[in-house]
Amino acid sequence: MTADVLGYDEALAAFDPVLGLEVHVELNTASKMFCGCANAFGGEPNTQTCPVCLGLPGSLPVVNATAIESAIRIGLALNCQIADWCRFARKNYFYPDMTKDFQTSQYDEPIAFDGWVDLDVDGETFRIEIERAHMEEDAGKLVHVGGSTGRIGGAEYSLVDYNRAGTPLVEIVTRPITGTGAKAPQVAKAYVSFLRDLMLSLGVSDVRMEQGSLRCDANVSLMPRGATQFGLRTETKNVNSLRSVERALTYEIQRQAAVLSGGGKVHQETRHWHEDGGYTTPGRSKEQAEDYRYFPEPDLVPVAPSREWVEQLRGTLPELPAVRRARLQGEWGFTDLELQDAVNAGALDVIEATVAAGASAQAARKWWLTELARRANEAGVELGELAITPEQVAQVQALVDAGTVNDKLARQVIEGVLAGEGSPADVVAGRGLAVVSDDGALSAAVDAAIAANPDVAQRIREGKLQAAGALIGAVMKDLRGQADAARVRELVLARLA
Amino acid sequence: MALTAADVARLGELARIRLTDDELAHLAPQLDVILESVASVAAVAAADVPPTSHALPLTNVFRADVVTPSLRAEDVLAAAPAVEDGRFRVPRILAEES
Amino acid sequence: MSILRSTAADLAGSIAAGDVSAREVTQAHLDQIGAVDGAVKAFLHVDTDRALAAADAVDAKRAAGEKLGPLAGVPLAMKDIFTLKGAPTTCGSRILEGWVPPYNSTITDKLLDAGVVVLGKTNMDEFAMGSSTENSGYFTTHNPWDNTRIPGGSGGGSAAALAAFESPLAVGTDTGGSIRQPASVTGTVGVKPTYGATSRYGVVAMASSLDTPGPCARTVLDAALLHSVIAGWDPRDSTSINAPVPDVVGAARHGDVRGLKIGVVTEFGGEGYQPGVEQRFREALATLEGLGAEIVEVSCPHFEYALAAYYLIMPSEVSSNLARFDAMRYGLRVGDDGVNGVEDVMNLTRGAGFGSEAKRRIIIGTYALSSGYYDAYYGSAQKVRTLITRDFDAAFGTVDVLVSPTTPTTAFTIGERVDDPLAMYKADLCTIPSNLAGNCAISIPCGLSPDDGLPVGFQVMAPALADDRLYRVGAALERELTRRWGGGMLDQLADSDAGAYLNLSQAGGVR
Ligand SMILES: [Mg+2]
Ligand SMILES: [Zn+2]
Repeated sequence: MTADVLGYDEALAAFDPVLGLEVHVELNTASKMFCGCANAFGGEPNTQTCPVCLGLPGSLPVVNATAIESAIRIGLALNCQIADWCRFARKNYFYPDMTKDFQTSQYDEPIAFDGWVDLDVDGETFRIEIERAHMEEDAGKLVHVGGSTGRIGGAEYSLVDYNRAGTPLVEIVTRPITGTGAKAPQVAKAYVSFLRDLMLSLGVSDVRMEQGSLRCDANVSLMPRGATQFGLRTETKNVNSLRSVERALTYEIQRQAAVLSGGGKVHQETRHWHEDGGYTTPGRSKEQAEDYRYFPEPDLVPVAPSREWVEQLRGTLPELPAVRRARLQGEWGFTDLELQDAVNAGALDVIEATVAAGASAQAARKWWLTELARRANEAGVELGELAITPEQVAQVQALVDAGTVNDKLARQVIEGVLAGEGSPADVVAGRGLAVVSDDGALSAAVDAAIAANPDVAQRIREGKLQAAGALIGAVMKDLRGQADAARVRELVLARLA
Repeated sequence: MALTAADVARLGELARIRLTDDELAHLAPQLDVILESVASVAAVAAADVPPTSHALPLTNVFRADVVTPSLRAEDVLAAAPAVEDGRFRVPRILAEES
Repeated sequence: MSILRSTAADLAGSIAAGDVSAREVTQAHLDQIGAVDGAVKAFLHVDTDRALAAADAVDAKRAAGEKLGPLAGVPLAMKDIFTLKGAPTTCGSRILEGWVPPYNSTITDKLLDAGVVVLGKTNMDEFAMGSSTENSGYFTTHNPWDNTRIPGGSGGGSAAALAAFESPLAVGTDTGGSIRQPASVTGTVGVKPTYGATSRYGVVAMASSLDTPGPCARTVLDAALLHSVIAGWDPRDSTSINAPVPDVVGAARHGDVRGLKIGVVTEFGGEGYQPGVEQRFREALATLEGLGAEIVEVSCPHFEYALAAYYLIMPSEVSSNLARFDAMRYGLRVGDDGVNGVEDVMNLTRGAGFGSEAKRRIIIGTYALSSGYYDAYYGSAQKVRTLITRDFDAAFGTVDVLVSPTTPTTAFTIGERVDDPLAMYKADLCTIPSNLAGNCAISIPCGLSPDDGLPVGFQVMAPALADDRLYRVGAALERELTRRWGGGMLDQLADSDAGAYLNLSQAGGVR
């Protein structure tokens, strides 16, 4: 199935990719776009349907006010203009998952348009221009029966569940994205990841990609290096994980490069991404494209958000992810790399809370990105899901700062907290982990170590101070690590001066 | 411009209506006459005339985001030509997904 | 008192007073349907059990001392385009044969809540597309005045049911004249309310921006009573108007045109208008003038483009609204042999299930919306709509109402225009402008044409939300004509030889 592909570096040496991304976001309203049926994932088939979302003869849509508000908030967050007057339109085409055989969507009058977002990818900033964010309804869900693959091809018949029909969607469409070079797939992934974070912070969608509540269609075309005229593009449908956005685009770039390098032509067509095999296959070509016969939806009246309403909604916007990151970086004094690591690890929230509980930003960063990241990884959970709170992490650091425990002991304290042994203080007490700070006990241990290692002691007396490590190690071992290594060193050197 | 039987057949495909040859032969000239008679609208539709899609200038008609009861699944499926597993059974889809 | 020849207002009064039971009234109408519908063919479906049960419920309410609404216990014929839970709703189309909706239209609910007794569903042109009921997928309804003539359309079944005394009330929908034109050719009263004054929820759509449900009756007051029951804001219809319903009943009771300025639309007359129609129309104008109205001529220059604009906007919306009849969820399915793909099954089903007029309009609409033609056709038609609305606005700036014949000719002969769509479309010449502009209009009988003895309709058009003016003018004209004729328009049929088959001559009344 896999087509010929050119090596990625070779492809990028010859061609510049131009991207276009269409992202569908399912809104998490309580009810559907045009009716009162529950907008919920996973119900028994056809139990969340009514005359309206079934498109029964005679039924009529009424717009969900919250869906409009969510769309406006998304538009504002994407720096878009909000239309002061816009309409829904009918997109006419026949398909069994469409109860009316037209989709109620927006066409030439989207609710939000002309926006932008800046993305940081490996220290380089890319501006993504947003052409539009418009509202529409989702279709029902098909199950294909018969045939070997469960796919549409070869199936004997299909079954339709209309629970999803009428779910409110916002479709966000970029302008052509140029100048990304070899980073094109990464930029696309970063953009989708940005949108996911944004929707979460706006609270307008659950953005569960595995449930299809955020779906991406990725367009790409290639033009010879230095050219300005875009090539013919393909549109890869339903690329539904962050990883596959990157993979699918990488594949398409390599495939198109092979076609063009071989003197062939790229067909303007839709293509399907095969997650398992990591390749795309052709779908409908432009020549077969439907004539959608858009016209203004006569069952609905125009939407004309007042300026006051829009400004009131603007006031409800949370701090947007990029703004927040800039603020936190300033407050914490992180380097770009440190911040990026924290973002990638999804650790911003926990670090912020740990700092709020009294730890220094560097200490918080250290615990969450090393010891705790390792444990989360082992357990296969998110940082926030670990059985230790940011307050407890701050308490652990406070114990270190007070000299009650050293770093090694602190890790044991964390282990105890995660094991359910109580607060850090409880674990210290319960496991007897406090460092030995009694000079009498330390002196005895140092004397014992000197007596047991006369050669080493002699070398130190002769000025070879680096040999002190061996004695310190012996002391620490004797005290099962519960000593302050710096204090032990002082005592050793004082004895042998 | 005269509509040919082939034009009408193409429109039939777009509208998902299988037309017989007789129907095509009959419809094409009828549609021509109708289209000719309605073409007069273009003559008076000056650029400065705004279109009217609705008689009354209503805007912002919304419903509150409140869940109301759905139909019972058996009522939903009662009229279906074919049902399986609580779903509508439909013939196989030869064209690809859109 | 003859039950069948009584008005709805009188029947409701008698039922409320206990002079007659709702069951008796309902049974009398069911009997009349049994006796004459074989000839008239107004009903697609008669729901005897449901009707009698509804009547009994009204009688029980009365017996319990509950207050009854103004039309409680009165029978009604429902155009088969309104959903009625548990009863077949076909819209006159084979593609919906046997479909039983799981929900009621808003108007159905309002009627049932008011204790109105639904006798059954009446015949219509398929999906309301036609002016004769000849486009019904089932059979053609006959005009009770002359069974070789059409009863008008698309609501010919409802109008014929009224004229044949099968029901005192009916409901219809008017997209381009489908209430008024049948009223005109059957000698009954039909009202297209202001667009948005009556809910479209549960009314199977033909052209969403034009469809207007409305009342049909034999008298102006009965129409007003029904209007007040079915009208009002509906939050389930986004295009519904959230405003109080004008006092149409008051206007119908006190019909008075003194001082009213009536504009005669210059463009609606002359060539193509039957002389007898024009004669009766002019006489009605004189009558209104005699009652104290002032008559002036008003030109609405863009009305001549209304038909063209209508035959672009309507089929465009039709092509989209009728897409859902695709054999997947309800209705007819043809060609599902396990080999055909879904596309073929859709094509075959729609090819077999739609009649020729439905196909014509779907194809025209598909063409008018297709890329490259949209601006010239649909876009231009929407602009003409603006021009027509401006004509109305200008006219209503100088007159209170506009008037015209409802339709250029009386009922034509069955079969006469079936192969000439344009001739058929002209039946709606005078009614279409009000659909495009959304204002309200009524058709009331103004006599029998001297050239063929068939009913002539008089159309009154009023501004949006001024529906009461229709009833004011209609009631005044009706009262004067009834006085002159010595009875209502339909009494002339009931008492004539042509109406003998109705078995309603005063002597042989049912009761
Ligand atoms: Mg879309
Ligand atoms: Zn629903």
